[in-house]
Amino acid sequence: MIEIAENKCDFCGCCVGVCPVNCIEVKEADILIEHEICIDCDICVYVCPIEVLYQIEPNKSTSVAAA
Amino acid sequence: MWNEQKEFDCIVVGGGPAGSTFARVAAESGLSVLLLEKDRDIGVPVRCGEAVSDAGLRIFHEPDPRWIASTINRIKLVAPNETVVEFDLHQKGYILDRRIFDYDLAEFASIAGAQIVTKAYIDGLIIEDDKVVGVKGTHVGERFEKRAKIVVGADGVESRVGRWAGLKTTVKLKDMECGIQKTVTGIDVDEHMFDFYLSRKWAPGGYLWVFPKGKHKANIGLAISGLYAKDGKAAHKFLDEFLAWKYPNASVLTTVVGGVPVAKTVKHMVMDGLMLVGDAARTVNPVTGGGIIPGMRSGLLAAETAVKALKNSGPTRKNLIQYEKEWHKIGGKNHERFYRIKETIFRFTDDELNRIANGIANVPEDSRSLLKLFTIAASKKPSLLIDVARVFTGI
Repeated sequence: MIEIAENKCDFCGCCVGVCPVNCIEVKEADILIEHEICIDCDICVYVCPIEVLYQIEPNKSTSVAAA
Repeated sequence: MWNEQKEFDCIVVGGGPAGSTFARVAAESGLSVLLLEKDRDIGVPVRCGEAVSDAGLRIFHEPDPRWIASTINRIKLVAPNETVVEFDLHQKGYILDRRIFDYDLAEFASIAGAQIVTKAYIDGLIIEDDKVVGVKGTHVGERFEKRAKIVVGADGVESRVGRWAGLKTTVKLKDMECGIQKTVTGIDVDEHMFDFYLSRKWAPGGYLWVFPKGKHKANIGLAISGLYAKDGKAAHKFLDEFLAWKYPNASVLTTVVGGVPVAKTVKHMVMDGLMLVGDAARTVNPVTGGGIIPGMRSGLLAAETAVKALKNSGPTRKNLIQYEKEWHKIGGKNHERFYRIKETIFRFTDDELNRIANGIANVPEDSRSLLKLFTIAASKKPSLLIDVARVFTGI
């Protein structure tokens, strides 16, 4: 599962642009992940310029990023 | 007032340069336009290096001195081995103050008759019979729905509007540049020079820039490719290391982060009742990462098509597709060439970058140019030389 360090987030939307299932929502000062839709591909974790997002179950991550 | 009006000709989602340009041009032609910006301010935060060319800006507006923080006429490249190469730019550029620039673009749209609403967050579309007919969202905590003949997705890197409608706008990991920038002061910079640091050390798969805003202030930022970000070192760490090395006494006035989509333009920019413009349509130049002028260009072309479609037989995909054709005719081919060039150069190793820097350093200064630079960069891949020649000389 992807967790969010919310107090670090700058709400830039970089993660939203790469999310293959459109499950991240970024408002002016609010970020949400719909975990039921998330496929744990971790691409959002890689692109975040300031390490706001992190995978808490590394073994669960799928390999979409490599595709 | 917008809250009493149920339907508009066009609803634009996003108040950046692309959205405001669409809104202005559509309103000038007599369309009713509602522009919705999710943040409390137009133009803030400034997620941008703020560089534009004079020629690009002049397509749309006479440059207003209030928009311009610095005028640039020279470029400096710093290679991994710290070889420095400088040359004059053949056309001048500017570092803008986008807080003022974006405000003015929105004001122009408003003067033309568009209604602008901030703190209006869109979270879905109204779709009927596979046609986009409106938007749903929240304005300062209150739910609202508005109908439109055409919804324009100008929602930047996120580009969710297109995805809600079924268009494929997701950016591949290797096509996302992960950026961070600090506007710093208390430093000495050449106010007329762009500095670019090209190195895996500072910005793998991207570049680091120092864009002056006067003699003692600059936007210092970098973007790294998602391909290399995957290795685990995030963009902010590269920038902190650079500032500690080069400008240890700098004071940081602003920090912003953001993604720059250096992708091909989306395959489908329109569907029934929907158009995508700017970063949302992936119009950013894939080599430079510059998105202001291509975004404004797409906003202009989309609005011209929208006006025609609504005056003729309606906002069908068949009518709106003229915008896609115009985009490809005017900038799209070059966009694809730039994309192919980027696909090669963003993988260069430090040894290759040093070779290119040495190559251009050996060219007499008055013969150096961006064409020469990219010709040297592409010399190991002859097929790319054609792309380089075409984008830089207009052949």
